[in-house]
Amino acid sequence: MKTKIKITSLFFLLALFTHTVFAVNDGGYTKERDVRSEYKEFKDHHLKDNHSFKIFYYKTGNKKKYISFPLPVIIYSEHGLDVFMSSKFYNEKNKRVSHIIDDRIYKIDKKSEKIKATLASGKELKVIDFSITKNVVLILLCIFLMLFVFIKMARSYSKNPIPSGAGRFLEPIVLYIRDDIARPNIGEKHYKRYMGFLLTVFFFIWFVNLFGLTPVGSNVTNNIAVTASLALLTYIITTFTANKNYWGHIFWMPGVPTPMKLILAPIELLGTIIKPFSLMIRLYANMTAGHVVLMSILGLIFIFQSWLGGTLSFGLAFALCLLELLVCALQAYIFTMLSALYFGAAVEEHHHD
Amino acid sequence: MEKLITDFSLGLFFWQTLLFIVLVVFLKKYAWKPILSAVEDREEGIKDALASAVKAKAEMESLNADNERVLLEAKQERDKLLKEARETKDYIIKEAKEKANIEADRLMSSAKEQIANEKIKAITELKKTVASLSIDIAEKVLKSELKDKSMQEKFIETTLEDTELN
Repeated sequence: MKTKIKITSLFFLLALFTHTVFAVNDGGYTKERDVRSEYKEFKDHHLKDNHSFKIFYYKTGNKKKYISFPLPVIIYSEHGLDVFMSSKFYNEKNKRVSHIIDDRIYKIDKKSEKIKATLASGKELKVIDFSITKNVVLILLCIFLMLFVFIKMARSYSKNPIPSGAGRFLEPIVLYIRDDIARPNIGEKHYKRYMGFLLTVFFFIWFVNLFGLTPVGSNVTNNIAVTASLALLTYIITTFTANKNYWGHIFWMPGVPTPMKLILAPIELLGTIIKPFSLMIRLYANMTAGHVVLMSILGLIFIFQSWLGGTLSFGLAFALCLLELLVCALQAYIFTMLSALYFGAAVEEHHHD
Repeated sequence: MEKLITDFSLGLFFWQTLLFIVLVVFLKKYAWKPILSAVEDREEGIKDALASAVKAKAEMESLNADNERVLLEAKQERDKLLKEARETKDYIIKEAKEKANIEADRLMSSAKEQIANEKIKAITELKKTVASLSIDIAEKVLKSELKDKSMQEKFIETTLEDTELN
């Protein structure tokens, strides 16, 4: 009960904050545009990362009003670090404008939603964007949620050996990862070392995927950078915990003729990179595809604009949402499972002779 | 592929990597370790509890067997005691009877002896009394018989007739 109140008050605060800083954007569309291209733009926009947290917009007349709040922009270039709020990119009429610091002109590219910088001299400036974007906010939210839930769960064990509350639901999943993913794939001897990463990666992917299904969040795993980071961690852990036997199998495959060994070495070496690469692409592609299809089906409502199209699209979208719920957990499972498999190969004991 | 590279955001990659590593470290220390150790402790506890239950059952069984054995022994002991008691009783009764018989015999014989003695005494007394009485009677008879002279002579004659002199 107590947590419910806490969460409700958090949302209330969030809502308050949103209302005080929300930006009203009139969009500036004077001429009527066709629904199809507008929806396509909306869909593409939704699937992209964003520098401000837009929750939704509504139209009054032909003006768009955005309910959103700004996020900090952190830009690193050879001129040093520039930090400002993303609201600087909009003027009081909510038109997109450039933000100028000294001789550096920053503006958001409308198509890619990325920050472009030019110097006053007109020369383009190379920047690295470390902004707290919408996806970073969602990652942070997910992290806080996970810390809250799991530390609370861990604390509950000190009072009672039987889990209570959320732990009752999460403990079987934790045990499943331990008994059906880590133990059989990595082996009884080594699995404990990898449990921290496997559990975290599973729940992180699952939670951000579920966040992606809510109307508020764009999906974090839709970004190749996120899946690349996760896959890279798997690769690094595999490489740094690998034993002699693992490297032996890569560079000098036992039990095959010497010419074959020479051929196999580069293939196996490439395989070590392809494995995490496939992890990255699989998660990214599955989640993105799900969202693209879901949004396209929802778009049918606006394109058909008839009771048949609307109903059909709603039904399909509902079914797909249910499927996506499954995919969210499935992708998290596959990522964890394959990571465990790679870790298992890295620490496998020698048993050929 | 082209799209993947242009979509790649270094900033997001940086934040994701940093935050995720921090998350792994924190969760490992404050969540997974206590959760997994608690679960393992619980599993150990369940295993131990099961093992001790099996042990307790075996103990119970042996205890039951023991109990039965003790009961049997107790029964045997009781039977033995009862038997002994019975034997003692019989012996005591028998002995008492024997003693009583002997005593009775003794009493009887002494009574008989006494009676015999008394009888002899009585007979002797009687004899004495009879003798003195007969003497008295004889005296009296003689006195009355031998009152006159003829009678005395006749008596002497009869007596002399009976007595043959040799």
